Amino acid sequence: MSVLPAAPPAASAERSSPTGEIALLLRRVGAMCLVELQKLRHDRTELVTRTVQPALWLVVFGTTFSRLHAIPTGGTPYLDFLAPGILAQSALFIAIFYGIQVIWERDAGVLAKLLVTPTPRVALVASKAFAAGIRALVQALVVVVIALLLGVGMTANPLKLLGAAVVVVLGSAFFCCLSITLAGVVLSRDRLMGIGQAITMPLFFASNALYPVDVMPGWLQVINHVNPLSYEVEALRGLLVGTPARLGLCFGVLVIAAAVMITVASALLPRLAR
Amino acid sequence: MNPVLVKDLHYAFGDHVAVDGVDLSLEPGEVFGLLGPNGAGKTTTLRVVTTLLPAPPDTVLVEGLDVVRSRRRVRRLLGYVPQQLSADGTLTGRENVALFARLFDVPRRGRAEAVDAVLDAMGLSESADRTASTYSGGMVRRLELAQALVSAPRVLVLDEPTVGLDPVARSGVWDRIHEVRRANGMTVLVTTHAMEEAELHCDRVALMHRGRLRAEGTPAELTAAIGPDATLENVFRHHTGDTLEAGGMRDVRAARRTARRVG
Ligand SMILES: Nc1ncnc2c1ncn2[C@@H]1O[C@H](COP(=O)(O)OP(=O)(O)O)[C@@H](O)[C@H]1O
Ligand SMILES: [Mg+2]
Repeated sequence: MSVLPAAPPAASAERSSPTGEIALLLRRVGAMCLVELQKLRHDRTELVTRTVQPALWLVVFGTTFSRLHAIPTGGTPYLDFLAPGILAQSALFIAIFYGIQVIWERDAGVLAKLLVTPTPRVALVASKAFAAGIRALVQALVVVVIALLLGVGMTANPLKLLGAAVVVVLGSAFFCCLSITLAGVVLSRDRLMGIGQAITMPLFFASNALYPVDVMPGWLQVINHVNPLSYEVEALRGLLVGTPARLGLCFGVLVIAAAVMITVASALLPRLAR
Repeated sequence: MNPVLVKDLHYAFGDHVAVDGVDLSLEPGEVFGLLGPNGAGKTTTLRVVTTLLPAPPDTVLVEGLDVVRSRRRVRRLLGYVPQQLSADGTLTGRENVALFARLFDVPRRGRAEAVDAVLDAMGLSESADRTASTYSGGMVRRLELAQALVSAPRVLVLDEPTVGLDPVARSGVWDRIHEVRRANGMTVLVTTHAMEEAELHCDRVALMHRGRLRAEGTPAELTAAIGPDATLENVFRHHTGDTLEAGGMRDVRAARRTARRVG
């Protein structure tokens, strides 16, 4: 028993300088991200089964609609147009699930235990955002491979691919934190499931993922303007298949949206433990 | 200095009063048991002590630090095992413990050794690299103790640590708690509704009923005051006019109603 760590002095040094605080925050984000990676490693089948849906969208929906030539994409083959949209959609569907995971962790006592450690709330939320991003990247890889097999002309420029990865992570962070925020508001799993289902499809259909903005009715175009998913899709399309995109605007919107949502979700997190 | 000091604590969920004027003062190194039926307010009291629920300033102190004003420093001193079995089933035992070592800044040098030592002390060395989903209830509880102990807390807070465990697993958990306490002198604040267990394992107990403390002392003092062959069960009935079961049933129903309303 003597090998057990000895108790620290009662008033053990608590760094309160701003640099100390930032260092602590980074260490905590690192520790939490590491366990998220460990969880993914133990949970590989889920990672694979979750790629079925985007594959179906591309292979079935994509190839069929390509033949119809029903959607005016300005000269871009429909599959090329669709692939970045499906990539963003699959990231959205993964991220929106994290609020439910947080509620599950609340019900299981995991959250309470984490909240009783000297860890800033924002580190707990940021690690979920990170995990959502990593999962989304795995899916993105699968979507890209399928798209290539279907003959989509994707960029091979490593900088653009890196840019696309950043866009996917930012979008996932936003939707993950949106989901945690909703969890902090409704507090129950059933209600969150209902709300999650009620908002994901509208977010998807009120975006430019399946069709260009110009063909939408006016009211839908308005929604589209405030829908971060559309900025994610626009950036991905610009980077991956080279359609015209306002990259600066898209990155700006995604960075700000993700930062705001992480802050809001962190503020609401302790409500879940009450 | 009292490791835990609670002064006239009140806590209400909406208009439902869960804790109604509780005073506690723990002595260094003791095992202090908070006893009472379901719904007595034990968990709520612990959640205030562990900074999960807010309290007015200067009502709850841990090692002399106010749980509201010095939240972060208080958390550093605490090890907490909640009522639910809360280890992460998708991680291995070792990963579960290593996470808490990192979250409490156990230095990188010697971290792996600290994790191994605490797993060993909880009798989990053999199963450390299996995912916790394959553990029995008693093993999960010991894993949670390992998580709470790896930071060498000054105060270990345990909420019903043996509920739902078979007798062998129960005594396994208690034996480990006593061993560590003897080794490092930490204070233990524990809740339970099993009176025999409290009699056996706690240095001092407080009986809690509907948000209030009805009696406090060593199990021997409390039982001697009632009669020669009295048990804590008799003591509880004497002070509350209620049995554990009766109190339990009514409050479970109340809790369900609340859950429906809140949930
Ligand atoms: N989150 C909550 N919201 C509303 N009421 C609650 C909540 N948690 C506990 N209560 C109520 O507070 C009372 C005390 O509960 P608790 O502290 O959990 O008791 P114990 O741990 O002794 O079983 C119970 O009547 C319970 O229904
Ligand atoms: Mg309880």
